[in-house]
Amino acid sequence: MLVYSIKRILVAIPVLLILVIVSYLVMVLAPGGPTSSERTLPAAVIANIEARYGLDQPLWKQIYDYVENVVLRFDFGPSFLRRDLSVNDMIAQGFPVTLTYGALSFVLAVAVGVPLGVVAAVRQNTWLDYLAVGFSVGAQVLPNFVMAPILVVIFTVWLGWLPAGGWNGGAPENLVLPVIALGTSFMASIARLTRSSMLETMNSGFIRTARAKGMPMRKVVLRHALKPAMLPVISYLGPTFVGMITGSVVIDYFFSTGGIGGFLVNAALNRDYSTMMGITILIGALTILFNLLVDLTYAWIDPRIRY
Amino acid sequence: MRAPKMHPAAAAEPFVEAAETGVLVADEEGGGRSLWQDARRRFFQNKVAVASLVWLAIVAAMALIGPLVAPWDYESVDWSVLGNIREAGRPSIESGHWFGTDELGRDLFARTMQGTQISLMVGIVGALAAVVIGTLYGAISGYAGGRVDGFMMRLVDILVSIPYMFVLILLLVVVQASAFLQSIPGIQFIALFVGIGAISWFDMARIARGQTLSLKNREFVEAAIATGVRPFRIVTRHIVPNLMGIVVVYATLLVPNMIIFESFVSFLGLGVQEPATSWGALLNDGAETLTRGTLWQIGFPLFFFVTTLFAFFFIGDGLRDALDPKDR
Repeated sequence: MLVYSIKRILVAIPVLLILVIVSYLVMVLAPGGPTSSERTLPAAVIANIEARYGLDQPLWKQIYDYVENVVLRFDFGPSFLRRDLSVNDMIAQGFPVTLTYGALSFVLAVAVGVPLGVVAAVRQNTWLDYLAVGFSVGAQVLPNFVMAPILVVIFTVWLGWLPAGGWNGGAPENLVLPVIALGTSFMASIARLTRSSMLETMNSGFIRTARAKGMPMRKVVLRHALKPAMLPVISYLGPTFVGMITGSVVIDYFFSTGGIGGFLVNAALNRDYSTMMGITILIGALTILFNLLVDLTYAWIDPRIRY
Repeated sequence: MRAPKMHPAAAAEPFVEAAETGVLVADEEGGGRSLWQDARRRFFQNKVAVASLVWLAIVAAMALIGPLVAPWDYESVDWSVLGNIREAGRPSIESGHWFGTDELGRDLFARTMQGTQISLMVGIVGALAAVVIGTLYGAISGYAGGRVDGFMMRLVDILVSIPYMFVLILLLVVVQASAFLQSIPGIQFIALFVGIGAISWFDMARIARGQTLSLKNREFVEAAIATGVRPFRIVTRHIVPNLMGIVVVYATLLVPNMIIFESFVSFLGLGVQEPATSWGALLNDGAETLTRGTLWQIGFPLFFFVTTLFAFFFIGDGLRDALDPKDR
């Protein structure tokens, strides 16, 4: 187990390094950058700007410095576009916002999806089951960028209950729509997954034994069936996390919540490569870390898994 | 790839050439029905799947024929409605704007049909790319086995853990920015197709590898090896055709995911570029004018998006029920 964890971490390091180097090369190869503007700048000015961003160094030195700054000082350098904000400032501003509504959606998706799936499986082929299945099929075709406008039409345009966007320091009424829009499709996937794995578990021998000895249904489900049925759901939490982070791009764009995804889209539309790169690397690192945690949890819960 | 053991004398002339595409099942009349005929019969008994297929055919036909019969094309502006989109730009038969106009006075019917064309194309081409790469990769990995297999699958494990949406966005931005790449016609589409397809083949590779592992010890593969067929040819002629059932199911389920993927990117304004459009770009345009009382601008694209995705999912489910022998 320990050996496995160390091995996984050791594999993650070169992956991250490759991600950094490839994105840096793409950035250097891409035309435009801090020196491009409408007017042709004097050579001295260009040289000055290039020196500021370290672009006058040989390529290997640039990459080395960048990696060194990121790894040792957690410094993603200045933004190519905005003179007032460094990439670190943007992350410091946007990340808490993304984390707030992301974590809430995550909790919502699990807290509603799992019970829904369990109930649907236990009451198979009743109206509850059909409702849950219908909901999870429906939510499949309603990804966050479709959910968001629909929610705004209903709750802002027709009912006038909630604001259409803005962050407002994380006020509850500003949080409701982003959290629901982001969480729904994952909630549906988790419900579907829980249902099918619960059905499989409920048909296995040890559940029949538990029921045969007269154990109440409630206890059978909670004590015996739930834990093994949760295993596929746990392995789905990794992709859910990635999806949440990716989805934050849409949420920030649509609701102007000012999270990290909003900075990414702005950077992408304005060709601010250093910001894009910084955010991509940060998210890549988090993704790899989270996947690792999920895999370790999985191995810890399921004693059949040996590495 | 390591060559499997083969008898030198048998290497000359391969006589088992034809792929074993299906097991023949004898029915009462004494004739034979192949796996595929069986599957087709089962599929057509599934009413939801057939209805979805019909709807998909209607959408595809509309997307192809619609722009030809529409009185407006997708990029010209109707100056008479401009400035009064809310009233004059409403969906109506008389004005010729069957679905109304968008915020810039362009005909929404023509735009929706054009967007449908592009979204369907991205979905199908992207899924095709993912399926071809994934199947070949998985089949080769599974057939080679041993260290090659370990390396190839570990590579997939590593690649899976990278957040691709961000890499794709980076790629699209670079393509857009590069004057040289922009001189190639349709480069934006190509980048989108390739980008989306290239990052979606991992699951397919894993599925194909698993199936290959169980196929490669079967008699017909042994026969092929014994008659001296080369490993790559065994993979393409004997292994891959036998993977077709599962590949078809997975590909159908992949298409809607590709469409969602493309719509996501276009919704952010990073995918298809004006005046061309796609469902994601149309949804974005419609979403921007939500509060101005022009709900048809999001309603029509949303309707086509949702119903078509539903159709694809139902067809995929129908195919799975028809082709997967486990659930029978």
